[in-house]
Amino acid sequence: MRSDQTARSLRPAAEHFVAPLDETPLQKVDAVDTTATPRSMWGEASHNLVRNPVFVISALLILLLLFVAAFPGVFTQYDPTKGDLSISNQPPGDGHLLGTTRQGYDVWARVLYGTRTSLTVGFFAMVISTVIGVVIGAFAGYVGGWVDEVLSRITEIFFALPLVLGAIVAFTALSNGVGTVTIALILALFGWTNIARITRGTVLSVKYQDFVTASTALGAGRLTNLAKHVLPNAIAPVIVTATVNLGVFIVAQSTLAYLGLGTGSVSWGGDISDAQPALRNNPMMLFYPSFALAICVLSFIMLGDAVRDALDPKARKR
Amino acid sequence: MTISRRSMIFGTAAGGTAALALAACGGGSDSGSGSGGGSGDPVYAFNIEPQNPLIPTNTNEVGGGRVLNCIFAGLVYYKADGTAENDLAESIESDDNQTWTIKIKKGKKFSDGSEVTAKSFVDAWNYGANAKNAQLGQSFFEPIEGFDKVSADGAKADDTLSGLKVVDDQTFTVKLVSEQSDFPNRLGYSAYVPLPESAFDDMKAFGEKPVSNGPYTVDSWTHDQEIVLVPNDGYDGPRKAKNSGLTFTIYSSDDTMYGDLESGDVDVVDIIPNSALTSFEDTLGDRAVNEPGALFQTFTIAQNDPNFSGQAGKLRRQAISRAIDRKSICDKLFNGTRTPATDFVAPVIPGGGATDVPGAEVLEFDEAEAKKLWAEAEKKKPFKGDFTLAYNADQPHKDWVEAVCNSVKNTLGISAKPNPIPAFGDFRQQITERKLKGAFRSGWQADYPSAYNFLGPLYSSAAADGKGSNDGDYKNPEFDDLLKEGLAASDEKGALEKYKAAEAILMEDLPAIPLWYQNTLGGYSENVSDVKFGWDTVPLYYAVTK
Amino acid sequence: MIWYIVRRLLQMIPVFLGATLLIYVMAFYAGGDPIQAIMGDKPLSPAVQDQLRAQYNLDKPLIVQWLIYVGKVVRGDFGVGFNGRPILEQIQTAFPVTFRLALIAVAFETVLGVIAGVISGLRKGTWIDTTLLMISLLVIAVPTFVIGFVAQFVLGVQLGVVPVNVGRDASVVNLLLPGFVLGIVSFAYVLRLTRTSITEVATADHVRTATAKGLSRGGVISKHIMRNSLIPVVTFIGADLGTLMGGAIVTEKIFNIHGVGSVLYQAINKSESPVIVSVVTIMVMVFLLTNLIVDLLYAVLDPRIRHAK
Repeated sequence: MRSDQTARSLRPAAEHFVAPLDETPLQKVDAVDTTATPRSMWGEASHNLVRNPVFVISALLILLLLFVAAFPGVFTQYDPTKGDLSISNQPPGDGHLLGTTRQGYDVWARVLYGTRTSLTVGFFAMVISTVIGVVIGAFAGYVGGWVDEVLSRITEIFFALPLVLGAIVAFTALSNGVGTVTIALILALFGWTNIARITRGTVLSVKYQDFVTASTALGAGRLTNLAKHVLPNAIAPVIVTATVNLGVFIVAQSTLAYLGLGTGSVSWGGDISDAQPALRNNPMMLFYPSFALAICVLSFIMLGDAVRDALDPKARKR
Repeated sequence: MTISRRSMIFGTAAGGTAALALAACGGGSDSGSGSGGGSGDPVYAFNIEPQNPLIPTNTNEVGGGRVLNCIFAGLVYYKADGTAENDLAESIESDDNQTWTIKIKKGKKFSDGSEVTAKSFVDAWNYGANAKNAQLGQSFFEPIEGFDKVSADGAKADDTLSGLKVVDDQTFTVKLVSEQSDFPNRLGYSAYVPLPESAFDDMKAFGEKPVSNGPYTVDSWTHDQEIVLVPNDGYDGPRKAKNSGLTFTIYSSDDTMYGDLESGDVDVVDIIPNSALTSFEDTLGDRAVNEPGALFQTFTIAQNDPNFSGQAGKLRRQAISRAIDRKSICDKLFNGTRTPATDFVAPVIPGGGATDVPGAEVLEFDEAEAKKLWAEAEKKKPFKGDFTLAYNADQPHKDWVEAVCNSVKNTLGISAKPNPIPAFGDFRQQITERKLKGAFRSGWQADYPSAYNFLGPLYSSAAADGKGSNDGDYKNPEFDDLLKEGLAASDEKGALEKYKAAEAILMEDLPAIPLWYQNTLGGYSENVSDVKFGWDTVPLYYAVTK
Repeated sequence: MIWYIVRRLLQMIPVFLGATLLIYVMAFYAGGDPIQAIMGDKPLSPAVQDQLRAQYNLDKPLIVQWLIYVGKVVRGDFGVGFNGRPILEQIQTAFPVTFRLALIAVAFETVLGVIAGVISGLRKGTWIDTTLLMISLLVIAVPTFVIGFVAQFVLGVQLGVVPVNVGRDASVVNLLLPGFVLGIVSFAYVLRLTRTSITEVATADHVRTATAKGLSRGGVISKHIMRNSLIPVVTFIGADLGTLMGGAIVTEKIFNIHGVGSVLYQAINKSESPVIVSVVTIMVMVFLLTNLIVDLLYAVLDPRIRHAK
């Protein structure tokens, strides 16, 4: 690890003369203050993050979405579930910012309240899948042997089942009373494998390194070692993957709602699906929830990207 | 054919989720394109892949039903208006409405040349009723004496209905368990057709390419693609084919089908996709069909629902019914392809669509009255929980269920929510096990054109507790008696009067809340003419000319 | 190498068994009682219900049903659907359609993704790179079914350049648009993967050496950068074929394609568990096999990797 970094830090100087393939301007390299105290990985990362516009924008967007999800009533006076056929299919205006749907719902209110469903599903699914993935991946990698063999096969079973496919079957199996949290559970059940694989890989790569061996020599228990010395190395890639997963879960939930497997609560996917037959007459009805969904997912993916760039020294030379 | 058939219609009407066609290859309707209407061309008609082999007693959905109607002839057939006329029957007579003597015409033949005799009927019916054969249409033989024996566990394969007796080649008698004046009316249904002797040797093979006695016979059935029917020269009854053949093109998407209709690749369709509901009458002009039909949409509230039982429950049912703005829903969501219900029997049926049933005002939207009734009920016993309306989400019911709930919610100020259940099988399971809480979607398409068929199977005590389709377990002896009197009445007028009185009781008790009748929707291409639709919303294919 | 393949194939056995059991358990509960779905609203007599249950082995305990099923599948017998038709026959007509669809999707993502990724990677930081990155992000963020609707509406309904529905005629031409829609998310991943890989390799020592030796830029790119940087891309694309086949259910629904996705969807609605399990099991096997092939390919492409054991 260390020797690699040294080699890297030497490289830019030579690079300029050999091949102008890397666009990093020389003066930037020169500008690096070599006397500054080196920051920790996280210090370095957060330092980089706040200066990355992608991170700032996506973080602000996510904060805004969280606020909307928590207090949608601040932005609209309408109840998104109050349908009135006498005002169905109204164009924007007349108190209805974005008009009304066929059922006479206020579109703007539907878009706002849909945030809550998407974020709740995405967040719970992300947390649950990360916990499952980290636990299974860590044990598989750390314990090894037949435990690894068994856990890896189990991971493979779930890995081979496409997320939406598995979720559809599981959803119909649970039949009625599928609430927001249940959907999150279903998605997590089929969405934890990439976290497990990453964790296992990281654990395998560090478990025989000197500092772990040293800790064992000093009498630390296996579990303590795993928790204190091995797992922290997996945190960075896990966080990045989990953030992207969150976006994937939100999309998956909307796909399920499109297939008619909704929770009954106001959701973007359900509204997109409802708007589809009227695409010919009223394309905006499809656009609003799609746009909200895209912004939401985009924020999380960009956040994940930014965090990965900040944590990954290889990608840092922008 | 009850709900499963109805639900198949609804299902394909929006996205084809219930349809089965999975074919990969080309063919089918393509071969029909560009045909100028020469007399040699067959009529191309829309269908979905039948769910079962073409066995008359084992078909309970419309995909197989459309074909069976064309290839078999029964004792009677239905004219477009639903009146039954003799086809194979010479006479169907009874002195007491309980023992019927059926004489069949001489010299009628199956397509393999064998004769249609009294035995052909009796054997087919016995086959359909016997539990060993697990036929889906078994319940059609329920009125016949001896059914309880052959339909029970432990029935032997050669057990027969004691009520069926062959008198001679042309005559047999049917003894029913009770008086039923409309029995002859039922016999046009496809479960009652005769079967040739060869069928019983290998029923499965028979179902792939039946030997039949109707206006057409099956020439070939390419699964998921097409079913080719050719006119049956041996048939000389009243439904003689007026075209040179009938090819059912199998679709799994009604949108694709509709596109083919516009381009003339399919000639006769009896479904209009939801996406075209607003435009099909403009697009097709006088080739569009939108007329009252025999499909009836309701929702049921179980009798034992604590919120809806007793005197308070009765008031509450009425309040809910008066809180639903049926007209707005029919106009705004269905573009006028549904008609708000005014009674418990669909309009094309004799005695159906009546507007003068006593107490029918309970089906009219009236906000003030609804609120008043609800308040009265609240005084007697407060409402607990939410009002929920369950439906199977694999078919396009979401829209109207949501609108009904919204209407109830807005009028009564209570919490009303749709309760989607993902799969039809699960939905039905919860209903039959009586586990479903709250109201649930119900509906009915008649098997045969009779007002009784809309009342008896759904609300009589005999059909309750899992013995029939009375899923709400409604029991009212007064209602039962009126139905019995109707069945025993000597003429139709007398019967209809009794049924109307029975309906008046339903208006008060509201075991189910009538919503609307679904119109017969369809259309045809420029290549064909003389397209008429039957009372059962299915086109009279034999009469189409090309 | 042979031992490696044998070991991988052996590992597939527990995965196959586990996957079928998992799906069997879910399908067993999915959609409630299949007999109820068969009979509709009109109750069948208990005797007929029992008869049907026995016919489809539904009267046996779950684990026995599964064992019977696995026993038959191992002998190549996938059983009979509730409509009396062999399941294998249903899958055989549907499978080639989905396979064709997935291949078209892979072709799209490969061609477009690699080209865009190479451009992006070599021009890192320029406006073209930023634009391509933004496109890839958008494509990931907008659900496939929305892209599907819009593409279908604009290209099919309004412009009329492609058929709105594929229906029975699942020819390559008709599948072009659905294939594009199916592959579009993967396109974004291919783009990003290629881009990362290209930038990594472009700064590697051997590339510098080659440039220093005076090789033309084109020569460097084609001989030294592309060859090495495409290895992870190739493996991703290979594995993606299996994923796409399983993920085609939504695309097939939008464009009314009669592939395995639609077979599966119908089966779920009818609670036809033998069909559900068979289709998903085949999908899982395809996925595992493509992954194995990709891993082997990896070894061929990258001499540094040898599957020792």
